[in-house]
Amino acid sequence: MKNSALKKIKTPLSEKAARELRTGQNVLISGTIFTARDKVHGYLMNKRPRPEEMPFNLDGAIIYHCGPVVSGENGRFTVIAAGPTTSQRMQMYEPFVISHYGVRGIIGKGGMSSDVAEAMKEAGCVYLHATGGAGALLAERIKKVEGVWMIEEFGRAEAMWALRVEDFPALVTIDSTGASIHAEVERASKEKLTRLLQGR
Amino acid sequence: MLRLRDGIKEIVRKTAISLPRDIEEALKAAYEAEPQDSPSRQALSQMLENSRIAKKAAKPLCQDTGTPIFYARVPRELSFSVVEQSIIEGVRLATESVPLRPNAVDVLTEKNSGDNTGRFFPEIYFEQSEQDTLVIDLSLKGAGSENAGTFYKLPDERLKAGRDLDGVRKCVLDAVYSIQGRACPPYTVGVGIAGTRLAAAKLSRGALMRKLEEDAVDPAISGLEKRLLSEINSLGIGAMGLGGNCTALGVKINHAHRHTGSYFVDISISCWANRRSRLVW
Repeated sequence: MKNSALKKIKTPLSEKAARELRTGQNVLISGTIFTARDKVHGYLMNKRPRPEEMPFNLDGAIIYHCGPVVSGENGRFTVIAAGPTTSQRMQMYEPFVISHYGVRGIIGKGGMSSDVAEAMKEAGCVYLHATGGAGALLAERIKKVEGVWMIEEFGRAEAMWALRVEDFPALVTIDSTGASIHAEVERASKEKLTRLLQGR
Repeated sequence: MLRLRDGIKEIVRKTAISLPRDIEEALKAAYEAEPQDSPSRQALSQMLENSRIAKKAAKPLCQDTGTPIFYARVPRELSFSVVEQSIIEGVRLATESVPLRPNAVDVLTEKNSGDNTGRFFPEIYFEQSEQDTLVIDLSLKGAGSENAGTFYKLPDERLKAGRDLDGVRKCVLDAVYSIQGRACPPYTVGVGIAGTRLAAAKLSRGALMRKLEEDAVDPAISGLEKRLLSEINSLGIGAMGLGGNCTALGVKINHAHRHTGSYFVDISISCWANRRSRLVW
């Protein structure tokens, strides 16, 4: 699979912009993105805070499966390392989060289930794959911490951080047509596995 | 033991910010072998660039700075509890100075201790040594790859895996296929074969500490290691699971005598970075 040319995208994303993206496309993301992992996802689904109960607007937002290393104190935070965490853990919450809050992009690693892909197709949302473990490299693309929510309740790794990014690199691996590079790779590897299990 | 504490702090720092040499070389070779413009080559390129940035800026390679796991081989004249205290203090100091992400959560209150110490945290294993130097191996084990670990009991009907090395082979292939790209490949795959779950898990974890060039002593086992590496890479999962020729950098198998009635195969997975180091004191 060849990569097409780099495409620059800005947050918030419109439905049209999200629906134009295709798997295999490399993107550079600029604007504000919001971290959310296990605890925030559970909260967003179970408590369903109203917009006035949240400091951030997730309509058209890109959320980032990430628990960063952050130094400094309130108002003077610095992100030291911030690569993606395994998206699989957020699968059971994500279809709701996408449709209820109007999220247009999910940055993570390892891909997500067909249920999530289906929700993305329905709502107009994409999965943006970032390189796992590239915490130092990706932190360099984070230019500013714009705010944080739930830091007391969930701690630094699990809080929702609003991060201003410039040219944050990712690869579209699930798009709004239902195409998924993860599903393709899994299918192809299943055929190989079946042959290897039959051999001795 | 003020100095040992500082030695521990330094080894934790080094392990968090830099790759082991064998891993870095293997990643470079994997990068060279992938086709131009492929997503897997691009992922490998970012891994290598990330490692350069982390080392230069003395920042953690990955935001998940892991569970610190120590294997200490302690000479007779030193007590385990003194070494234990130095390790705990060293981890606490490194958490603040590197900094590391605080990862220790109390399962009753769900509170994060904030300094990577707590009940049985960090993980420490002791062995009495007949040598006069203290040797401490450290692994910083990220949760993404730890969550990918699994075990099998042979025979396994689903895989048609019997109680022999070919059965072990089938388990390892099934395990890697099942996790796909979720634990940050290319992986180091550790395998433990034993008669109890605990022994198998300890062996598979320990196998991740072996250098890539260090094959198993027994030729039947080292043969299986090589075969599995090539078969895993033929699955086509590739770096970060984006498709490609390099899904694993190495397969390392440790084995023990087993009980007549039991045959456990435990599989530990390390992400591409396999952060590990040794301190000789």
